[in-house]
Amino acid sequence: MAAGKRTQDSRLTTVSDRLVRMLKWLGPFLALALVIALFAGLAPDRFLSTYNLKTVATQTVIVGLGALGMTFVVISGGIDLSVGSLIALCSVITAVALRAGHGPMTAVLLGVSSGVLAGAVNGLLITGLRIVPFIVTLGTMGIARGLAKYLADEQKVDADALGLSGLMAKSPDPAWLLVAPGVWLLLGLAVISAVVLKRTVFGVHTFAIGSNEATAHLCGIRVNRTKVLIYALAGLFAGLAGVLQYCRLTVGDPTTALGKELDIIAAVVIGGGSLAGGSGGVLGSLIGAFLMAFLANGCTLTGVPNYVQEIIIGAIIVAAVAIDALRQHRDSP
Amino acid sequence: MLLAMHGIRKRFGAVCALSGVDLRVLPGEVHALIGENGAGKSTLMKILAGVLSPDDGDMRLAGAPYHPTGPRGAQALGIAMIHQELNLADDLGVVENIVLGREPRRLGWFDRKAAVQRARVALARLGREELVDNKRIGDLGPGPRQLVEVARALTLDARIVVMDEPTSSLSQEDTEHLFAAITRLKQAGVSVIYISHFLEEVLRIADRYTVLRDGRSVHTGAVAQTSEPMLVRHMVGRAIDEVFPRVEHTPGPPLLSLSNVAGTRLPVNASLTLYRGEILGLFGLIGAGRSELLRVLYGLDPVRNGDVRVAHVAGRDAERAHDVPSPRATGTGVHGRAPWVRLAQGVGLLSENRKDEGLALTMTIADNLTLSHLSHGARFGFVSRAWQRERLRRWADVLAIRTGGPALDANAPVGTLSGGNQQKVALARLLDMDIHVLLLDEPTRGIDVGSKTEIYRLIGELAANGKAILFVSSYVPELLGVCDRIAVMHRGTLLPAAPVADLSEATLMTQATGGAKT
Ligand SMILES: Nc1ncnc2c1ncn2[C@@H]1O[C@H](COP(=O)(O)OP(=O)(O)OP(=O)(O)O)[C@@H](O)[C@H]1O
Ligand SMILES: [Mg+2]
Repeated sequence: MAAGKRTQDSRLTTVSDRLVRMLKWLGPFLALALVIALFAGLAPDRFLSTYNLKTVATQTVIVGLGALGMTFVVISGGIDLSVGSLIALCSVITAVALRAGHGPMTAVLLGVSSGVLAGAVNGLLITGLRIVPFIVTLGTMGIARGLAKYLADEQKVDADALGLSGLMAKSPDPAWLLVAPGVWLLLGLAVISAVVLKRTVFGVHTFAIGSNEATAHLCGIRVNRTKVLIYALAGLFAGLAGVLQYCRLTVGDPTTALGKELDIIAAVVIGGGSLAGGSGGVLGSLIGAFLMAFLANGCTLTGVPNYVQEIIIGAIIVAAVAIDALRQHRDSP
Repeated sequence: MLLAMHGIRKRFGAVCALSGVDLRVLPGEVHALIGENGAGKSTLMKILAGVLSPDDGDMRLAGAPYHPTGPRGAQALGIAMIHQELNLADDLGVVENIVLGREPRRLGWFDRKAAVQRARVALARLGREELVDNKRIGDLGPGPRQLVEVARALTLDARIVVMDEPTSSLSQEDTEHLFAAITRLKQAGVSVIYISHFLEEVLRIADRYTVLRDGRSVHTGAVAQTSEPMLVRHMVGRAIDEVFPRVEHTPGPPLLSLSNVAGTRLPVNASLTLYRGEILGLFGLIGAGRSELLRVLYGLDPVRNGDVRVAHVAGRDAERAHDVPSPRATGTGVHGRAPWVRLAQGVGLLSENRKDEGLALTMTIADNLTLSHLSHGARFGFVSRAWQRERLRRWADVLAIRTGGPALDANAPVGTLSGGNQQKVALARLLDMDIHVLLLDEPTRGIDVGSKTEIYRLIGELAANGKAILFVSSYVPELLGVCDRIAVMHRGTLLPAAPVADLSEATLMTQATGGAKT
């Protein structure tokens, strides 16, 4: 009798342990499913229409790309507040290049490489001056926004998109693509990022730096170099997002993506990233990005005021972090 | 009977940490809890201290059923615990840490005067009253930090004080202070549960003992009726006939030479030549600057002055050799060299504090084992998980890295291993690398008797294979048992090394305390 009770007891504890751990992985999925189910119930025809789903997918691209880069940054124990401004800067650069008569290839390359450069500058400032990432990127956030406005002469930059807008077309050409090429780009890059993070030396080093930087240093990991790479990578994603933002708007708008960095960080955190470093994942971040896009879209469709939407997103962030804290509490008593 | 624990069980997922443990503690006794790494000692004490809850079993404290609700609940019932992995707030001072959570108040405000007074009394009982002036505990070494933890427990008015390997980072002097405090606790009728891998301490300070093996209590008895070999037999299941296995090795040409090396604060002046195939011991009081010397050598701290030379060893794998930036790197460098350069030169370090600097506790055992040389098992930048598992299997076998589960899970966070097993992972990483100068800072800290012998044998074999080992330890018997020569550090100055045959515990202590120089 006693023995029976005992095994049952211990099975129960392991089951609840597992549940908490699963909740961590399933949490973002569940929240996403919940949001979709909710709006599907409220406005079935409009919300679940193919056209609307395509719209949401396209809307996710910008935040999604930013979140991929932010995932690396957050896992390494850092933060990048400059992404929103970088997106604006890179979209303006793309537009200016087109206006100056460059071909679409050149314009895209210029836009993306400015992102990489700006990210590398973030990394160099953080490692070279030993200033915390929050402050450095707070500074570059302002600088990049200012630069964007300067380059654009404080107005929208009109330029012929030369077919680039097709990258973000809700009804893509050819039609068998189903969603905009930009969406496929996001998904493809997400797979690559996940593999890099989980399988490569660079990925393990990223986790190590976030988990215990002193240990990483002791183990001969070139912490500074790796960090510069991480921020440059975040810049690359911001650059791509900037180019696609231009493709979507077909103007270079220096005031675009204002505050997007917070959405991007929220996506990563909802997806299981911890600002203390050492944890997070690409899949989670992507789900976080989709979650926010669906929420925004559903609220608009059903006429829920904007402020309600903000409250809901805020609540989801707190819930995500609370689940994480609960899990950690279990793991390390 | 003050405390009776009966049939205690605890599982962590698939790992069975405790499978039926009995423990009985009498009032006013020092009860030693011994066993191999991973036997379940810390887990049992965490259950007692309310940090973990048992899956099954019952506990009685002074006859009444005892079900602590969390650590605070246990403290309220008179159980104080000093954890194996220290829990101190680095940015606070000694006084604040001692009263943390139980700050004396006056009209709702923190009463600093009363706090200082309380801390001073506790520290005085340990003979280290001067620590009361410290403003930031992060600046203290592990020895004083440990004493602060003890002082914290002393202020709790506990009925039972649990000490989980308190002396693993204490100097002999501090150990004496601690023992004196334990004796005083005993006289006051307080019971002490004492966990240690130093059996001679157990024989000296404890009244009774309980042995854990694989999560079970296998033996209990009075210390007066036992001996060290008998305790070992109970713990390991067999006798260990040779604690310091002798592996023949002969010193060759110099590998590492320092002349007049000084760091920013410590060391003050260190000159030394380390030869191939040599085990050189470094002894000194805690705070003398031995760890700082290793840190400077390894490039963790800047070199302020002097010259460090690492000889080039032919036949090192070419793959890493290109990492060495310039010929200068092998020669002098006033700024020292970054750890990655030292590693590329074949110099590796095991730090004295694995939790802060040595292991990434949230990462897996396999990642931690291979973190410094991932690229060795990588192709096109991709880490080979199979290679990682293979390395782990090898070292888990050699060093007996174990959990209570069926097999070691390579993907479990290293933080879930017992303290001694964590230390083994940190050491195994160094042993798994292709390096020829090993700087070992207290390598056997927290490691059980059986595995210690295995590590001594491995160190001997490394020397026989032409590696050079710099071995820092505060445990004199192991220095005398393992090293070829020993150098003593006194207040940052390294005294000349002497062959071990000319040395004894007494001569080492005199040198370390600055007595007559040899
Ligand atoms: N949080 C945890 N999660 C999973 N397993 C754990 C956890 N804590 C302890 N264990 C396992 O429980 C077993 C007992 O560990 P414990 O720390 O009690 O050993 P110990 O006797 O104190 O060893 P040591 O002498 O090395 O300190 C080990 O196998 C360990 O891996
Ligand atoms: Mg332990």
